[in-house]
Amino acid sequence: MKKQNELPNSKQSSWVSFLLVLAFLALVFYLDQIIKPTNKMYMLMTVLQKGSVYALAAVSMNLLNGYTGLFSLGHAGFMLIGAYTYAIFTIPSSARDTVYQYFDAAIRFSFPEAFSNVMGPAGTALGVLVAVILAGLLAAFFAYLIGLPVLRLKSDYLAIATLGFAEIIRAVFQWQKLGPITNGSNLLKSFARTSKFKLEVGDTKLVLSTFVPVLIATVSIIIIVKLVNSTYGRAFKAIRDDEVAAEAMGINLARHKMISFTVSSFFAGVSGAMMAMVLSIAQASNFKSAMTYEILLMVVLGGIGSTSGSVIGSFLFVAASEWWLRGLDSGTFLGINAPGVFRNGFRLVVFSIIIMIVVLFFRKGIMGEREISDLFRSRKKKAKGAAQ
Amino acid sequence: MLEVKDLHVSYGGIRALRGVNLEVPDSKIVTLIGANGAGKSTLLRTISGLVKAESGSVTYNGKELIGMPINKILEQGIAMVPEGRRVFTNLTVQENLKIGAYLRKDKAGIQKDIEWVYELFPRLQERSWQMAGTLSGGEQQMLAVGRALMSRPKLMMMDEPSLGLAPLVVKGIFEIIREINRQGVTVLLIEQNANMALKTADLAYVLETGEITLHGTGAELLSNEAVKRAYLGE
Repeated sequence: MKKQNELPNSKQSSWVSFLLVLAFLALVFYLDQIIKPTNKMYMLMTVLQKGSVYALAAVSMNLLNGYTGLFSLGHAGFMLIGAYTYAIFTIPSSARDTVYQYFDAAIRFSFPEAFSNVMGPAGTALGVLVAVILAGLLAAFFAYLIGLPVLRLKSDYLAIATLGFAEIIRAVFQWQKLGPITNGSNLLKSFARTSKFKLEVGDTKLVLSTFVPVLIATVSIIIIVKLVNSTYGRAFKAIRDDEVAAEAMGINLARHKMISFTVSSFFAGVSGAMMAMVLSIAQASNFKSAMTYEILLMVVLGGIGSTSGSVIGSFLFVAASEWWLRGLDSGTFLGINAPGVFRNGFRLVVFSIIIMIVVLFFRKGIMGEREISDLFRSRKKKAKGAAQ
Repeated sequence: MLEVKDLHVSYGGIRALRGVNLEVPDSKIVTLIGANGAGKSTLLRTISGLVKAESGSVTYNGKELIGMPINKILEQGIAMVPEGRRVFTNLTVQENLKIGAYLRKDKAGIQKDIEWVYELFPRLQERSWQMAGTLSGGEQQMLAVGRALMSRPKLMMMDEPSLGLAPLVVKGIFEIIREINRQGVTVLLIEQNANMALKTADLAYVLETGEITLHGTGAELLSNEAVKRAYLGE
């Protein structure tokens, strides 16, 4: 009877999930080698790349909106900070003057270059990693500054305030006076990007263009899951359910809200850096509030308060909009050739209808508040109950 | 012993407490009865640090609690069961209990106390993996009490534990209160159900519009004519 309160074989199940993650990474690595950009199936790789960017963005937004109950809409702003930080600090010196063609570049430093001068090829990878982490840290730092005044607000007021800050960040990055750093409203390019990521073993070149973003997203999401399942995560959920009761339990509201906000923004910054390296350009005008809404949509579709839901939601969203429904815009869909109907924009009509249907039939998103592991557990329990 | 001396508290211009004096001796059940808006909940919230006092003092075993942060007050061994239960509806029963032990670091002790709470409330053990929001009102009240017990309090303050519960369930809750008290926890109980509360309590106070108007043992107040008329409906 007493054992009932403990997770059944939680150690064993964490090993199983660890092995599953490893197998998934190995599969992505393998696919990276066999599917070349000229292949028809390369769409799958694009979906994996963009999907992992959005998955991390959605999971980090879910940490804030779903688990802590802070309705914030500033995600695009923090992703922008991440994308620019990453881009600025990985542009090689040879390309810098062509990128900053109208300005005199102020930051003449590139992490991959600096590290590879010392450590060789391994330094390039380390430099990219450092730039990604710095991207997250800067986003988290800005989140901290913004959070000081803004986190006192609740629900819709918080949403409006964070939305406003995201727009301000975008405007500041496009400001001509900051041109020497941000290149004004011009785009940043030529920095370290996934399409160039390769691993040289002897004579063979191993492609890493999908593996790297998937790996970064996986590691980051695992960290967020660990946080959610820790005492901190439990405190976040308590704050979401009832602030007064949480405070009465001794939970420091301001501190926990700030932790959730900065951690969420850190990973938003990381996903912004990933977006830059996947798209191989960074431009402030891409990070509009529409991007925040897109991510919010993925979170809602997957289920607010479910990490696996956010991941599933974002991959489905990216796959549908980039791949499966593409035909609706270009004339032929599912073998039906109707260029009159399947024109530019029709995809969005169908997409909106699908989203409405999903929301109608899955009120709490695809996963609700469950995780994939919960599905297996409840099934096991049912099987046990039937056996008794 | 908890001592409240000349406590004044105001809410946005309204004076909720006007010089309250009250004592809660160790290992007793003390009840505070009064009509709606008399300031009962305000008093509890002030003691637990959720509301700031204007003047006066609240001491526990000689230590001043006014101005102390909430977590420090909890660490002194004072826990509160808030009004209307306020369980964390989207967390499981077990997670709710663990949140109750949020400030504690001893994992083995926490696990032991979860077992202890399950012994007090076997219903909670049956439902340990259920979301707290799916429990019935009575079970939620049990959970709220269990959650407060998880901080291992020496003094437990309860704000209307009988609110909105069936008479039979209320009886069960009061039995539990006595059981907890037998195990050495001092209880400060706020109630509108004056009959039940006075029968259970060792000491009782009557609070009216922010002032203590009567006090004595539970039995004394139970036979007091003024109390009978105002709170017992006789």
